Amino acid sequence: MSHGLLLTFEVTILVLAIFLGFEVISKVPTLLHTPLMSGTNAIHGIVIVGAMLVAGLDHKDTLTSVVGLIAVVLASANVVGGFVVTDRMLEMFKKREKKPEP
Amino acid sequence: MSREVTNLLYLITIVTFILALRFLSSPATARRGNQIGAVGMVVAIVVTFLQKGVNSYWEIIVGMIVGGAFGAIAARKVRMTAMPQMVALFNGVGGGAAALISLAEFHLHAPDPGTLQADISSSIMLSAIIGSISFSGSMIAFAKLQELIRGRPITYPLQQLVNGVLFAAVLAAGIAIAAGAEQQWLIWALLAGASLFGVLFVLPIGGADMPVVISLLNAFTGLAAAATGFELENNVLIVSGMLVGASGTFLTIMMGRAMNRSVANVLFGAFGQLAPSAAGAAAGGDADGQVRSATVDDVAVMLAYAHKVVVVPGYGMAVAQAQHDVRALADLLESRGVDVSYAIHPVAGRMPGHMNVLLAEANVPYPQLKEMEEANAEFPRTDVALVIGANDVVNPDARNNAGSPIYGMPILNVDSAQQVVVLKRSMNPGFAGIENPLFVNPKTVMLFGDAKESIEKLAAAVKQL
Repeated sequence: MSHGLLLTFEVTILVLAIFLGFEVISKVPTLLHTPLMSGTNAIHGIVIVGAMLVAGLDHKDTLTSVVGLIAVVLASANVVGGFVVTDRMLEMFKKREKKPEP
Repeated sequence: MSREVTNLLYLITIVTFILALRFLSSPATARRGNQIGAVGMVVAIVVTFLQKGVNSYWEIIVGMIVGGAFGAIAARKVRMTAMPQMVALFNGVGGGAAALISLAEFHLHAPDPGTLQADISSSIMLSAIIGSISFSGSMIAFAKLQELIRGRPITYPLQQLVNGVLFAAVLAAGIAIAAGAEQQWLIWALLAGASLFGVLFVLPIGGADMPVVISLLNAFTGLAAAATGFELENNVLIVSGMLVGASGTFLTIMMGRAMNRSVANVLFGAFGQLAPSAAGAAAGGDADGQVRSATVDDVAVMLAYAHKVVVVPGYGMAVAQAQHDVRALADLLESRGVDVSYAIHPVAGRMPGHMNVLLAEANVPYPQLKEMEEANAEFPRTDVALVIGANDVVNPDARNNAGSPIYGMPILNVDSAQQVVVLKRSMNPGFAGIENPLFVNPKTVMLFGDAKESIEKLAAAVKQL
């Protein structure tokens, strides 16, 4: 596939993702704003894929090695921290839902 | 695995992320949504390990152990009150990772002139700028919320001009890169300039507005991640990054709306700057107003002999970790036949939903939590409104004083209750730095001290009655 054609597909899915992103959370109650922010925060930890692609290269110079390593460290902290914090927030909502039941 | 195969397998991750966002939008499924997202992330990581071209593992493994351990420990150890700054911190490191990826990509390709195509170099410029702003801006937001630097807006002369010139310079370096300039110093200048801009951009924003800023920077990191997807021709980065970019933007707008302020007003309004004049006007209007402070025993009697008490929690309850004691006091009052409920303002605390989380932790029964509209309908029939460390969300200036910076924000009308008791550490104005005429209202008595201690003393005094 030519580079230009690939680019058109990339732009297409980008635009579709914009609409999907708006659509999928359009009816969220205020109560969930913070957990949702935290959850999306964890999801953009997907940059770890990019960091791995850089850090995993063969025959790279020192700068790339160091930068790649730091990028993996930062992205891993984003992923793990993001999901764990969100889970801790939501754990508490669950407790509350049980409460009204006898 | 070839890139064709891995990009196909990444679809699994994309689908899990979409489901995760959908499930996160409803209380009943939110936790499962987060878990589904985590599974999708693991899939993406495993697939990337198997991708052709990923041959050097030690940096990845060492990096994951170090970063993952830091993330896990920080996220586990943090107290519930400090959650907002944790979100800021994890958001910032994500933005930093995106900026570093673009640095590495530029460094790898620039030595061979002509290898960088315009779309790749444009993406490098975008992820470098947006990622850097997100990184440094989030760190300042973290520092403000952690109270490492003061939460009040920090302003200096010609601030807008300095920011504008700096941003223009960053943009110029970015355009040069996008246009094909391949000098190495350009990318370094771009990263440094954008990071500085991120700092200067967040400094003038007041601490009370940090949730909106963090949400915006969260969307920024999503955009930066999507841009790295163009650099690396990677579908999961493009789609997931843009999903977060779009939903994060939407969420930012909704948060602004909950505070009845536009996002532009939050970002460029330098919130607290207006406060002195507004405070002056308020003080002028209530010049004869006196702050009345009460003793624990007075308040205990008021509470114990009331028919209906509404608790209005705010950040002061969160910071004192008083939620369990509040519930104990409420139980005690209920055993005496007092009707107790809680009025939850959508932006009480430092994050929307902050109070719900804390009260849920203390096992406060869900039906006792009243949303703003419901609570406001009940205040006229309420004997005592017990305000625990809340300030701006009960400030009548938002309703009455057109000169107040929070004018127009929906508030809890505690002043329509028969009596108001305000638990507060001191007469210092709240996080937003705005005077509150509620405190000099003749119906109001103040009980100064740490919220937790005051509540404990109140419970002990109620028991004595």
